[in-house]
Amino acid sequence: MTYTQLGLIGVVVVVVLDLFVFRTRLVRRRVFWTAYAIIIFFQLVTNGVLTGLGIVRYDGDAIIGSSTPVNEPPPFLGDGRIAYAPVEDLLFGFALVLLTLVLWVWWGRRGVQRTPWSGPPVTALRKVLGYRPPE
Amino acid sequence: MSHFAYVGVLAFALLGTAWLEVFLRTRVYARWRRLVLTVLPVVVVFVLWDLYAIAQSHWTFDPELTTGVLLPGGLPIDEVLFFVVIPIASVLTLEAVRSVKGWEVGDEEPGDQP
Repeated sequence: MTYTQLGLIGVVVVVVLDLFVFRTRLVRRRVFWTAYAIIIFFQLVTNGVLTGLGIVRYDGDAIIGSSTPVNEPPPFLGDGRIAYAPVEDLLFGFALVLLTLVLWVWWGRRGVQRTPWSGPPVTALRKVLGYRPPE
Repeated sequence: MSHFAYVGVLAFALLGTAWLEVFLRTRVYARWRRLVLTVLPVVVVFVLWDLYAIAQSHWTFDPELTTGVLLPGGLPIDEVLFFVVIPIASVLTLEAVRSVKGWEVGDEEPGDQP
C-alpha cells in the first residue's frame, strides 16, 4: 500500500475508534479542534524542518507528489507538498494526535489519574490568555 | 548540520510545550502514569507503521542528520523518540486549552469542579 492509502485508512480507523469504540467523541468537541489547530501549526513548522532539510526523504511511488530531490529541497508548496512535507503527513499526524488524545481521555474516564485537573493558568497569564473563571 | 538535527526538532517540541505544565498548570507530567499508558500503545502502533513504511521504502532518513542509532528493521531511534515526544506535546496542548477555556473533554464526572 502507498503512504497515501495508509494515511487515509489511518484517519478513518482512528475516527472510528474515537466515535464508536472508545466513544470519546473528541472529533465532536471544540476543545479537540482548538488544540488541533495549534498542533497543526507547529506540525507544519517542525515537519517543514524535517522534510525541507531532507532529514526525512520520501519516495514518489508512495505519495501523491514526487520523490524528495537529491541535492535540493522539495517544493515548499505544490506537487503534493505543504511546507515541504507531503500532504500525507497531515493524515499521519492527525491519526497520531487523535489516537493519543482518545487514549488520554479514555484512561481518565476509566479513573486513571482523572485528576488533578488542568488549570487554571497562573495569575500573571490569566488576562493575556483571556481566561475567565468558571461561574 | 549534525547528527542531532532530528532530535533537535524533538527537543524544540518538548521544551516548547513544557512551560504549559508550569504556567497553565496542565498537570500532564504530574499524571505521568496516565501519560505512560497513553503513549505506550501509540508508540507500538506507529512503530509498526514506520517499520512497514521503511520496508516499503516510503521514506528514508539522512544518516548525517539523524543520530545513527538504528533499531531492528532500520528504524532510527530518532523516530521512536518522535512517537514519544509528539504525543506528550499533544496532550499538553489539549490540557492547555482546557486550562484556559474550561471546555468539556470527555473525562469529567457530574459534580466535577473544573
